[in-house]
Amino acid sequence: MLEVKNVAKSFNLKNLDKGKFSVIRDACFNVNSGECVALIGNSGCGKSTLMRMIYGNYVCAVGKIYIDKENILDLKAIEMSILRKQKMGYVSQFLRVLPRVSTIDLVMEPLLDQFESRARAKDIAETLLSRLNLSSKLWHLSPLTFSGGEQQRVNIAIGFSKDYKLLLLDEPTASLDRENKRIVMDMISEKKEKGSAILGIFHDKEVRDKVCDREIDVSNFSAS
Amino acid sequence: MEQILKAKAINKKFGDVYACNNLSIELYTGEVVGIVGESGSGKSTLLNCLSGSLVPDGGNITYLDRDNNWLDLLSLPEPRKRNLLRTEWAFVHQNPRDGLRMAVSAGGNIGERLMAIGYRNYSQIRAEATEWIEKVEIDAIRLDDKPSIFSGGMQQRLQIAKNLITKPRLIFMDEPTGGLDVSVQARLLDLIRSLVRELGLSVIIVTHDLAVARFMANRLIVMKNGKIVETGLTDQVLDDPQHSYTQLLVSSILKV
Repeated sequence: MLEVKNVAKSFNLKNLDKGKFSVIRDACFNVNSGECVALIGNSGCGKSTLMRMIYGNYVCAVGKIYIDKENILDLKAIEMSILRKQKMGYVSQFLRVLPRVSTIDLVMEPLLDQFESRARAKDIAETLLSRLNLSSKLWHLSPLTFSGGEQQRVNIAIGFSKDYKLLLLDEPTASLDRENKRIVMDMISEKKEKGSAILGIFHDKEVRDKVCDREIDVSNFSAS
Repeated sequence: MEQILKAKAINKKFGDVYACNNLSIELYTGEVVGIVGESGSGKSTLLNCLSGSLVPDGGNITYLDRDNNWLDLLSLPEPRKRNLLRTEWAFVHQNPRDGLRMAVSAGGNIGERLMAIGYRNYSQIRAEATEWIEKVEIDAIRLDDKPSIFSGGMQQRLQIAKNLITKPRLIFMDEPTGGLDVSVQARLLDLIRSLVRELGLSVIIVTHDLAVARFMANRLIVMKNGKIVETGLTDQVLDDPQHSYTQLLVSSILKV
């Protein structure tokens, strides 16, 4: 489902002297459908950078990234935004949403983008939010005022509302309590069974042991 | 996925200064493209050239109309152009006063556009006007009031209702939330976003506010001195900018 081939990344801060940093070189790995793979390595070794390149959030100038046999580096911006909507979900560590939009509307949005009816989208969104133990009293509020753990669960609900072929998870359980962590692990396992390819960063070893089939050490691709 | 607007090698000079220097842009159906850059970078000039309110010195602009014909906009007869502006296109100005008739009632402002496309039945016009004024969250009892007594945010919402009531396919927006309170801005952006999705609109939005661009646009075009210096997926341009000017722009944002 996902194939990363000889990918390298450097940042070039052009307004600074010595602003060029090489982060990753020669990264090669793949993730199959129905499999969950963890990116591991020390903080700063490039795990999130690699994941953001796969999502198209960071520019990848060297190498090839195939999603569903298509090299995403050949795609125009419009094609990439369609590919994201159809095939790829991304749960980031941070919640970044328009202010004053309700939680339920945010979770419904990716479903409405795929032309689901409002009623069905609402149904799916409510089921997910209840499962993640977000009190229905909060559904009509903007999540920007929520606690860290609540915001993270809103992010998860947004990313898990559809059955994406590829799901990218950047520390989805970092600020969750035991009970909610267990629920998210169950949800990841279910997505695997449905055939999603999942690439994740999990600092929690218990989560990795429970849901991941393989680990890839990103420090092996370190450019320094 | 098909293109709806194609502009090639657009040039526009004011005196010796290029406001648009050999710019090419394509827009796809359902796509929201943001044009950002500092004031004087030429972004509004580009928008005005694309929407036909300014004639470029050189270049070529074509538009795919509702009947699937590519129209050459620069040689299009004036009446056809005006007809496009009333039916398939909309232009949302930064200042609602430029897009509304202040001495005509809110309902009149909206109804006017319907009449321009052939509506004649008064009660039908009034019913649709009521529906749209409520869609943009203005109380229907304000239908007979003049926009001159509306607040700035209400005027802007009225301008949007007026523009969208004829279900245009292509919308040009110049700083649509520019002069508004932040509290009103978020609501208005959400409203525009849901209308874009519901109606499958294609939008070109000019803004100097990168936060507005992030929430509205799929794709971003960064302009400086009349040239496009960078373009790409909105979050990619903002999170991993490649050009030194974009890097400067992004790193200068104040965070609250």
